[in-house]
Amino acid sequence: MQRIGVFVCWCGSNIAGTVDVKAVAEALGKEPGVAFSTDYQYMCSQAGQDMIKAAIHEHKLTGIVVCSCSPRMHEATFRKTAAAAGLNPYMVEIANIREQCSWVHKDIPTGTEKAIILGRAAIAKVSLNTPLTPGETPVTKRALVIGGGIAGIQTALDIADAGFPVDIVETKPTIGGKMAQLDKTFPTLDCAACILTPKMVEVAQHENIRIFSYSEVESIKGFVGNFDVTIKKKARYVREDLCTGCGACVEKCPMKKVPNEFNLGMDNRPAVYIPFAQAVPKVATIDPTACNMLKNGKCGICSKVCTAGAIDYTQKDEFIEERYGAIVAATGFNPISMDKFDEFAYSQSKDVITSLEFERLTNAAGPTAGKLLRPSDGRHPQTIVFVQCVGSRCAACAEKGKEYCSKICCMYTAKHAMLTRDKYPDTEVYVFYIDVRTPGKNFDEFYRRAVEEYGVNYIKGMVGKVTPEGDKLKVQASDLIANKQLHIDADLVVLAAAIEPDKSARPLATMLTASMDTNDFFTEAHPKLRPVESPTAGVFLSGTCQGPKDIPETVSQAGAAASKVVGLLAKDKLTGNPCVAHSDELMCNGCSSCERVCPYGAITYEDKEFRQPDRTTKIRRVASVNPAVCQGCGACTVACPSGAMDLKGFASMQIMAEVDAICK
Amino acid sequence: MQMNNYKPLIVAFCCNWCSYAGADLAGNNRLSYPADVKIIRVPCSCRVNPMFVLRAFQRGADGVIICGCHPGDCHYTSGNYYTRRRMALLFSMLDYLGIEKERTRVEWVSAAEGAKFAATMNDFAETVAKLGENKRLEDLRCKR
Amino acid sequence: MQALTRKQLIDKAVSLLDSNTVSAVLGWKRGEFDYDITPAVFTSADELNREFIWNDFCGANFSKYLVSKTDRLEGKLLVFLKPCDTYSFNQLLTEHRFDREKVYAVGIPCNGMADIDKIKKITGDGISKITDNGDNLIVETLYGDAPVEIDKADVLAERCINCKSKKHVAYDELLGEDGEVISSNRFDEVEKLEKMTPDERYAFWQNELSRCIRCNACRDVCPACTCEKCVFNNPASGAESKAPSSSFEEKMFHIIRAFHVAGRCTDCGECSRVCPQNIPLHLLNRKFIKDINCFYGEYQAGAEVGSRAPLVDYTTDDIEPCDVFNGRDTDA
Repeated sequence: MQRIGVFVCWCGSNIAGTVDVKAVAEALGKEPGVAFSTDYQYMCSQAGQDMIKAAIHEHKLTGIVVCSCSPRMHEATFRKTAAAAGLNPYMVEIANIREQCSWVHKDIPTGTEKAIILGRAAIAKVSLNTPLTPGETPVTKRALVIGGGIAGIQTALDIADAGFPVDIVETKPTIGGKMAQLDKTFPTLDCAACILTPKMVEVAQHENIRIFSYSEVESIKGFVGNFDVTIKKKARYVREDLCTGCGACVEKCPMKKVPNEFNLGMDNRPAVYIPFAQAVPKVATIDPTACNMLKNGKCGICSKVCTAGAIDYTQKDEFIEERYGAIVAATGFNPISMDKFDEFAYSQSKDVITSLEFERLTNAAGPTAGKLLRPSDGRHPQTIVFVQCVGSRCAACAEKGKEYCSKICCMYTAKHAMLTRDKYPDTEVYVFYIDVRTPGKNFDEFYRRAVEEYGVNYIKGMVGKVTPEGDKLKVQASDLIANKQLHIDADLVVLAAAIEPDKSARPLATMLTASMDTNDFFTEAHPKLRPVESPTAGVFLSGTCQGPKDIPETVSQAGAAASKVVGLLAKDKLTGNPCVAHSDELMCNGCSSCERVCPYGAITYEDKEFRQPDRTTKIRRVASVNPAVCQGCGACTVACPSGAMDLKGFASMQIMAEVDAICK
Repeated sequence: MQMNNYKPLIVAFCCNWCSYAGADLAGNNRLSYPADVKIIRVPCSCRVNPMFVLRAFQRGADGVIICGCHPGDCHYTSGNYYTRRRMALLFSMLDYLGIEKERTRVEWVSAAEGAKFAATMNDFAETVAKLGENKRLEDLRCKR
Repeated sequence: MQALTRKQLIDKAVSLLDSNTVSAVLGWKRGEFDYDITPAVFTSADELNREFIWNDFCGANFSKYLVSKTDRLEGKLLVFLKPCDTYSFNQLLTEHRFDREKVYAVGIPCNGMADIDKIKKITGDGISKITDNGDNLIVETLYGDAPVEIDKADVLAERCINCKSKKHVAYDELLGEDGEVISSNRFDEVEKLEKMTPDERYAFWQNELSRCIRCNACRDVCPACTCEKCVFNNPASGAESKAPSSSFEEKMFHIIRAFHVAGRCTDCGECSRVCPQNIPLHLLNRKFIKDINCFYGEYQAGAEVGSRAPLVDYTTDDIEPCDVFNGRDTDA
């Protein structure tokens, strides 16, 4: 039998004004199991807390009920009080007789009657409370960053600078991501390479950072503090430890007709390649789908010219297993495919390009060495039409594009238009838009400059059709403000394609049991208050894998994610919330209902041996809850048909005891 | 007005993060609602088992209301979506058995909606009072 | 008339036993009466020839027996599955309730089963013998009256009149022809109830459920009820009760039971078949199925292995609980 102490707080006149606290203390003192009952002016004061502590000792209390303000206010206070007196802090229940009683009811009889009932409910609950101890799990002080774009780079640098080892896994042969492909960045127009490549070098040289380039995450097991990750290092047929990045192999490779993905297929690269001059790691990679030596054993020139002896045609995929305390997803984005946008003639004309292709065309390291030339005939385009929102804000045609705004297109289009007019003042530039969205520091000023100083023709309206005719592109569009149809003979059409999360994000989310929205962007734990955390503990989000972002936003989010990771790794142990679900194995059917509703992936199944009444054993599949991952929502408890699953601190019997007490 | 001073007994299950905080806010703002409403705190509306709802009626409740975060705002990301399905089906079943559908309700109340909490409780209490005592799901053994 | 004969099934079972494909056979044998057919495990050709039965009273859904019967068996268990049984079979697999490797499932076509209560309505009690005569049944009673010849179509079980599928959704081997999924009128009764006033509905169910004697037959036969320990037997669940001592408990038992199987119930109709009090329990399950179909899109439990049951799933724009009555009120 429990020995329960009841402490009724006056809260000055806040409670005592409409509740006869003495009557409440007296009535509750008569409840079964109550060994002591009293009232006091301010229970939360030091004197009040001391009174509780003394009573716990004096009356050998096993549980206490404090009738006071909301548990959201002082539950933690009274738990500490109980703990200080040697009582398990989870043997405390609060009856909320202020916010939910004295403050909402006007007369003393009503308030008193209700306060007694609420007190009874709390007594009924605490009678069934059991002492709970928060679980502790050790933390592996190493972080994994998945994706080596600017988001991953910044996150890794910030974590590494705080003193924790970080591994970056990047599927491409080099880190750098999309930013490495850009020419200039808005709104300051500094060159992307100039600000990115020093960071890439810093990553390469950082003693706390390891880069797994040309690698993928193969599997993730475990949970916050201890994720066991297998990384697949794809065979690049070049030994990273020996390759000096001299480029002799690249120069001599006879197979030079492979579309160059770094330049989005606008020029070719050899079968052995280094994506770009400042690649990190600066190591060659042999493309096994193009290399003649790997395909049919005929060639081997690269190995002959390599003075370092780094070429290894027999290299195999390598699997690395490592344990991490935290994982950051930074898988980034891609422009959507233009296949479904036939009206813009993307697949029919080489001179209809995406904005990312335009970046490469204007980049000094790009296929045209920075000269703006038409892909079809290498002539300088005189009239350029930019089309905004291609596939963005596409609610009406969701199967074609995306419902959301891709956020970065307005600004980079303004940048493209401005730079074109700046370098080639003889060029006529049109931008077709739905709205121009420029909410950012110095963004609107930038856009105004494009219009006012650089004379870019901004036209509100959409392009209906682009038809290649001769060496021109006939652009048919509407000008919504002038309310007329426009026909423009353009030389180049640039499509601001919507961006979407990288295809690797979905399988990664599955491995992480992290949730995603319908667009495959990672979901944050709370849209306002926890924007860089995934609902899955220990998993953090950096950059565009969470939603469309520009570089400054990506970098700030990357830093925020890093600080969250550092906050986690700085702990030696994680203390969990003890109010978690647990399954009674003897009753569990192993049906998987609970696993399916768990938002955190906290439930797994194992085959366990059970002794039967007839002394035989039987192997049954049963659920087990990982208390370090469970957040205690209780969704599983209702999904469970057998009632095997229950929630500590909010057990079914406790809640029903409250119901009974209230309805008595 | 009820003839015989009848006061309905209402059990309100409130999720800790939104609706319970909304109830606290109603208190902070001194927005009154009938004392017949008794709140039980649960971590999430998805903790509410249909068994609890039936238990409340068995023990003499005249109305049961479940309050949670607005869909999309669940502290646990998806709990209230499950609540929504479970309670839609449960309430439909109770109605199918001829039990007054006005006796059960699900309402989404955020931590900022103290006024909505009070208004909801006033409205629900009034609705249940009009129905009178719960006879169709009562357990005579539990009568006061 | 069933498409396959008893002999065909025995031959199949014997050949599978002989080839050591299976080590035991789950089949039907005669119980107390000709119409009282009970599941049994056979291990030899001899047993099969002596006791195996296949007729219009073999309604029992074998799927649930796989949970307990495959457990300690060396080798595989042969199970004969009618189309409706295969849905329960898949649902149990979805819930990992038995090991698929330990079962050899033979799909058999079914032309519908007879309802003994409908026969008794014609002949009265005291049935001593029932003989199969093609499309008819010849029923003799203890009282020496002349045998009555009954058209099987007149005594077809309700669940078979409203058969939802003649298609097998799971089997290792199929005997005879496979059929199609049928769009039946199985929700008509539910709709009729929905159109009543709440008072009429209350009276209807009060009348039906007050007959409940809590024999637990509905639960024990239900292929969705395979819990290691049922909440109604568990003192810690708060729902434990042995007998319906108040009208509340009658309702609670059936509401909770229907809720526990909601989204998992394949509508096999076993609950109503075994109810000794003839309570139309399938009308509770079908209400949930109808609501699920109507609120969340068509869903047939057991149609495929691994599908996500509607109650462990959601969409962000599901119907609100307050709106579930909207459509109906305008209909009524």
